[in-house]
Amino acid sequence: MEAAVPGGAERYFTRWYKPDVKGRPCEDFCVLQHSNRRVAICVITLAEAHPLLQSGKTIKNINYQISANCSRLQNKVSGKSKRGAQFLTELAPLCRISSSDGDEYTIYSCIRGRLIEVNENILSNPALLQEKPSTEGYIAVVLPKFEESKSITQGLLTQKEYEEVLLKRRNAAS
Amino acid sequence: MSSLTEKDRPIVQLLLSTGTCPRCILRFCCVGSQMLYRHPHQDLMRDLQEFLRNNQEKEDTGCLDAAHPPCKRIRLEHSEGGPEELNHNGAIPQMPSVDNGTATMESSAAKVCNVCLGILQEFCEADFVKKVCQKVNSADYQFTSFVFSVSLPPQLSVRERAAWLVVKQEMRNLGLSLAKDDIVQLKEAYKWIIHPQLSEELGVPADGKSLFEVSVVFAHPETDEECHFLATACPDCFKPAKNKQSVFTRMAVIKALERIKEEDFLKHFPCPPGSPKNPCDALEIQCNNGAVFVAGRYNKYSRNLPQTPWIIDGERKLESSVEELISEHLMAAFKADSFNFSSSGREDVDVRTLGNGRPFAVELVNPRRIRFTAEEMKRLQQAINDSSDKIQVRDLQLVTRSAIGRMKEGEEEKTKTYSALIWTDEAIQREDIAFLDDIKELKLEQKTPLRVLHRRPLAVRGRLIHSMQGEYLDEHHFRLRLRSQAGTYIKEFVHGDFGRTKPNIGSLLKRTADILELDVESVDVDWPPTLDD
Repeated sequence: MEAAVPGGAERYFTRWYKPDVKGRPCEDFCVLQHSNRRVAICVITLAEAHPLLQSGKTIKNINYQISANCSRLQNKVSGKSKRGAQFLTELAPLCRISSSDGDEYTIYSCIRGRLIEVNENILSNPALLQEKPSTEGYIAVVLPKFEESKSITQGLLTQKEYEEVLLKRRNAAS
Repeated sequence: MSSLTEKDRPIVQLLLSTGTCPRCILRFCCVGSQMLYRHPHQDLMRDLQEFLRNNQEKEDTGCLDAAHPPCKRIRLEHSEGGPEELNHNGAIPQMPSVDNGTATMESSAAKVCNVCLGILQEFCEADFVKKVCQKVNSADYQFTSFVFSVSLPPQLSVRERAAWLVVKQEMRNLGLSLAKDDIVQLKEAYKWIIHPQLSEELGVPADGKSLFEVSVVFAHPETDEECHFLATACPDCFKPAKNKQSVFTRMAVIKALERIKEEDFLKHFPCPPGSPKNPCDALEIQCNNGAVFVAGRYNKYSRNLPQTPWIIDGERKLESSVEELISEHLMAAFKADSFNFSSSGREDVDVRTLGNGRPFAVELVNPRRIRFTAEEMKRLQQAINDSSDKIQVRDLQLVTRSAIGRMKEGEEEKTKTYSALIWTDEAIQREDIAFLDDIKELKLEQKTPLRVLHRRPLAVRGRLIHSMQGEYLDEHHFRLRLRSQAGTYIKEFVHGDFGRTKPNIGSLLKRTADILELDVESVDVDWPPTLDD
């Protein structure tokens, strides 16, 4: 169970969820949307239910090179308008993570927008991703287009809606 | 006319017959006596005519024309006195017969000048001066001097050139020379005439450095197209203008006139210039006072007050702002059109500013009132302080524009001290935070905080926390005082901003920390000067 009001850096963020991305069961993501009304910056994180955050999983490798031509680490933005940023659609891959038991997971953007940065701290310290998935272990920061800032959450679930999804899963399991 | 000599005669003759006004004629004769230009228009006309007739007088037997009353002595001679008097024998100068064209000359006196388009005619007269002064007085400004600036239509430069070419030609024919540089500039002559009159009416001197500006824009739509031929002759002088304004600016026209060849000019423009139907229009008479600057320091006691008005999509999200609470009173007292508020850094909506407060400066644009005694400033400060408990100001004083630089340097260079109320998720004991007091010159690397990332470039900033003092409160709370380098994001230093500020209080304490309250305790800038209360 999460704290009623999270304390710390995530205090001013609203949580939105995208469960079972690409049909893969329990590969859920949580998008933290900043409360700024104009253009809300978003932080892409793993939701608590994601397989990588379950006990027993050890992360072997995190790779931001998502294709031959594209590495998220090469992303360079300049100026206030973040020129040069790689543009992301909802199903654009951010990184690929492999666990020591041989499983491979792709982390997706979940929202449209400009890629501002990927978290390099988890490259040097993969455990951070599992210990603090909602803060220091974030995956990436994405800035929606100004015109789209209101609509980006349309494809996502609110906290309440997500909890219903979790409930359904538990009931289906039992 | 004593200032005119024989060599001026052909110029006077020529210009008078082509419709040029007396004052412009004096200009082309390089007459430098300011007083002469101030004589009434009719008197100058008469004097010029007299000057011309004096030549013929020598040839005539000169008989008084009974139909005309004897004319008065030339006024010039009486006012200036001295040995240059034309009429030495004291006799009343004789009137010429009507035949030598007096009638046409007199009727030309009523015509609008073909060179100055009326600027040195009706716009030098008392009526216009009165009109200007009425505008100034009704605008209710406080001023101790004035600068009078005049905007003339560009075609005046064209007409000036045309008249000069005609005069130059005539002089050449007569084997005489005329230096262009000795011709008196129209604007200069205009100011010779109008400054004393304005000065007298307004009761203050004219001063080129004055902050109080009275400006008049003259236009002559009737002849606006006269400049157009220059565009074909010198196309690169006239760049396409923004905002649909005419390309034919004064500067562009002058530049083209410098470049154009005499033959081309003569081909395209009538020399001498034709007489216009109407004089110029005085389009706008405007007054403007130079900005005054008021500085001080402000305290902020509200955790719900933005620095500047917080308006999104036309809707105000939070009532009022620091700048409005201070500047509205200043605007009213100084009767200014608008203000520009700046300060040595700023704090968030939910942060208080305690201690000596933060330096600020307000530029008051076009103030009607500019004189305030120290006593009046104190009362103004009191009025601001009485009007709100959200902010308080101190050391309110008038400063110069250059003083603002001291404030801005404070923003980048000077240290600030803060007090933060910090929460931790896991319990802490006194000993757990004791080590913070010993940390000096802690180096931080701060990425642009997520909360401002939408409007700031992504960057990493190195900043220093010079010193800290912790004050234990309970297992989950403590107060931290810290002195930091200018530009440090304190909130991010406490909660870590997703690990994007390193190190942070959370990482130092190996817990999750959050900031519940932040106060600015001091802004270490020693400007503006402290005033005794």
